[in-house]
Amino acid sequence: MNQDSTKISLTNRSKMVSNKKMTLIERFYLPAIFKGMSITMSHFFRKETTIQYPEVKRPFSDIYRGLHVLKLDDEGRERCTACGLCALSCPAEAITMIAAERKEDEKQLYREEKYASVYEINMLRCIFCGDCETACPKEAIFLTNRIVPSEYKRTNFIYGKDVLVEKADARVDVSKRQTPEVLEFKKDKTKSHNK
Amino acid sequence: MFKVTIDNKSIEVEPGTTILQAARMIGGDVVPPAMCYHSELKDSGGKCRSCMVRVAQGSAADPRPMPKLVASCRTEVMDGMVVENLTSPQVVDARKAVVEFLLLNHPLDCPVCDQAGECDLQNLSYENGTSVSRFEEEKRTYEKIDIGNLIQFHPNRCILCYRCVYAADQLTDKRTHGILYRGEKSEISTFIHQAVENDFSGNMIDVCPVGALTDKTFRFKNRVWFLKPMDAHRECTKCSGKATIWFRGDEVYRVTGRKDKYGEVHDFICNECRFEKKESADWTIEGPRKIESYSVINQNHYRNVVIPSVINPIKETME
Repeated sequence: MNQDSTKISLTNRSKMVSNKKMTLIERFYLPAIFKGMSITMSHFFRKETTIQYPEVKRPFSDIYRGLHVLKLDDEGRERCTACGLCALSCPAEAITMIAAERKEDEKQLYREEKYASVYEINMLRCIFCGDCETACPKEAIFLTNRIVPSEYKRTNFIYGKDVLVEKADARVDVSKRQTPEVLEFKKDKTKSHNK
Repeated sequence: MFKVTIDNKSIEVEPGTTILQAARMIGGDVVPPAMCYHSELKDSGGKCRSCMVRVAQGSAADPRPMPKLVASCRTEVMDGMVVENLTSPQVVDARKAVVEFLLLNHPLDCPVCDQAGECDLQNLSYENGTSVSRFEEEKRTYEKIDIGNLIQFHPNRCILCYRCVYAADQLTDKRTHGILYRGEKSEISTFIHQAVENDFSGNMIDVCPVGALTDKTFRFKNRVWFLKPMDAHRECTKCSGKATIWFRGDEVYRVTGRKDKYGEVHDFICNECRFEKKESADWTIEGPRKIESYSVINQNHYRNVVIPSVINPIKETME
């Protein structure tokens, strides 16, 4: 190191450390202890900031981005056509899928000719940005206000269609995530998107 | 040599060159899009009208402008011709209308279509079209027909560019499909089911600018932008053997001809190379295929990355 290094300051916040001797009162430490304790005690009478999580839950925003859902349409058919745009837009590369062709007798299961036979999201990779939801042209994937639970094994965080696809008898309401314009557009049943 | 000016850029070309070919010689933004014109197929072009340009000056001898927009793939240049492509608002307007017409009956099933990501119609509408449709009527639909066990045919997606008809005429000695009926009712068909079985029939997939003819062995297997295209060749007695093979990991998903930046294949390959040689051991790999930078196939692939040098004021003093 050369001499100039002491002069370099990147933030201009450095302070000179003083090394002066403490007075007698200061050396008792008691006034300083009382001062510190009074600050601590004053916090006992303030409003609590912690909540007891599993028993008490904070109110969630309507557009909270949590666990994904793969939506079914009004007739209970899967909306996802495995177009791959969610996987393409995913910045964390968390989504993978395998497409398959719909058979003649599966028309009540899948909305279009092609469907995702495997659809997996790695929840450890996912950063819950919601880009998949934005990219989806079929209104198939949405993020919901549900939390991804903790697990003991890493492999358990790879969520397949069994978890992601909503159940026909327990629909997940995502209407709050959609703009009024979208909800208005969805009422127009002449559009092929809404049929 | 004829001097022609397109969008204020001049070039000297041989007599008999079309405006589109001259524009491609200049390159860049002055090139009009083309859906039905294919440089390897004689007589192709003049169908889709997406390459319309305005001729502001017919020639040096007769400087009057042409009264209407002309199809640049079918109009030959004259000496001293001045052409406006994107500089003319009339052309931009007309092209927007052409896109709207081409999309009238197009099903817009890109999420399902295997061509998505390398589709000329997607590029055309993305660059020149609007994002909304004014069409309220029912789209025209056709009964699905089975034209063979190698090629999947989707009549609804067809834009009637005739490229596959010319390809079958000019690459093979016997064409078994064609356009039936007239006008709004025209459709590609074979009359007899499963009739397409020529050894070069697979090239119809490559020349098809939309997803009307797609590879049945690749159907719904993967999206093109998840695959890695590699140039490769093999010894083939029937064709040039020059192809692009599309990998995911070590697995070959499909084999296509080598498309240039205008989506045109110049080395046509046979069905054996295209449909049967799906092992990487069958091919000699030449290297990664260069794909135009705007293509979605290039998404998340980084080439020629320059790592920026970090400016660190205390670096020298630290050392």
